[in-house]
Amino acid sequence: MAKRSAPEVNAGSMADIAFLLLIFFLVTTTIEIDSGLNRKLPPIEETEPPIIKERNIFQLTVNRNNDLLLKANGNDGELIKLKDLRKKAVAFLDNGGGKGEDACAKCKGKKNPQSSDNFEKAIISLQNDRATSYETYIAVQNEIIAAYNELRNREFELAYPSLNMSYVEADKMYSDPKTSAADKASLKDKIEAIKLLIPQKFSEAEPKKSN
Amino acid sequence: MSKFKKKKGGDLPAISTASLPDIVFMLLFFFMVATVMRQNTLKIENTLPAADQVEKLAKRNLLMYIYAGKPSSSYKDMGTVARLQLNDKFADVSEIAAFIAAERDSKREEEIPYLTTVLSVDKETNMGLVSDIKQELRKVNALKINYKTRKGDALRDLK
Repeated sequence: MAKRSAPEVNAGSMADIAFLLLIFFLVTTTIEIDSGLNRKLPPIEETEPPIIKERNIFQLTVNRNNDLLLKANGNDGELIKLKDLRKKAVAFLDNGGGKGEDACAKCKGKKNPQSSDNFEKAIISLQNDRATSYETYIAVQNEIIAAYNELRNREFELAYPSLNMSYVEADKMYSDPKTSAADKASLKDKIEAIKLLIPQKFSEAEPKKSN
Repeated sequence: MSKFKKKKGGDLPAISTASLPDIVFMLLFFFMVATVMRQNTLKIENTLPAADQVEKLAKRNLLMYIYAGKPSSSYKDMGTVARLQLNDKFADVSEIAAFIAAERDSKREEEIPYLTTVLSVDKETNMGLVSDIKQELRKVNALKINYKTRKGDALRDLK
């Protein structure tokens, strides 16, 4: 029996096949967006709403023309621009006008007696119209979250200067699956402490009917 | 008269294409790994608004998607008012409760408290529809929600 060497397989068309597959995957790929604003809805409860002092409410109303009306710090309501919202929200939350047991040790604001007592008491309330655009709503939500994050960052850096990171970075690291369990455990306490110090008290009323 | 004869071997040697398949395979593997197959075919326009305080979404299998927006151009007969899409169909706000119940049934019991509802809403939608959705979600106690957004400056397109 003569030994026959196996004939070489022609690999010239391999590139063509690979190209075909490549083009298929190129076309079907959608770079999926996987980010967003996390929020919690209030549960439906038939309890009487607690009575809150007016100075502790940062009352925002967005109308059908996407204008913002702000009622806070003892005024009757002023039209504000979206770009000023973050600054005003931070000033309101950080005011620390409380006295006695409501005094706020960590607030760095103006201590205006007409404005919020402390982080715990300050409530941001948002009411929108049914015809408000979703884009504006998201922008307002974004600015309010940004205001809370700004304060949380400040307090986090003050409380844990050795970590050399901000609250947002710490939170991101905490939810990153690559972070080791030991790091997560130590971060968790710190994040929870800051969350407790500056709770997000955010209330959304059901929208008004618009005619 | 061969003085001006062309020099032998003056033309460029052919470039070897032997490594071409390797390069193509490399690209192929990248796209194969990076590809996420779309779960639903969107029948609505879905341009997301931008925001910069975004957080990453939780695990993919713990998400329930609710889409809303104007019907896209191939579904003109559905009108021009913003509508809701659940799975692959246009739906009514009242169908959300059934949808959430079905999603919960398909998950393991210990996963249910971690389920997040992702609202993927077109930016030109009115808040009325979004509020109705939120109200429905509150009724079935699906309180963890996420407004899906692009990363970007939220204020740029607004006044």
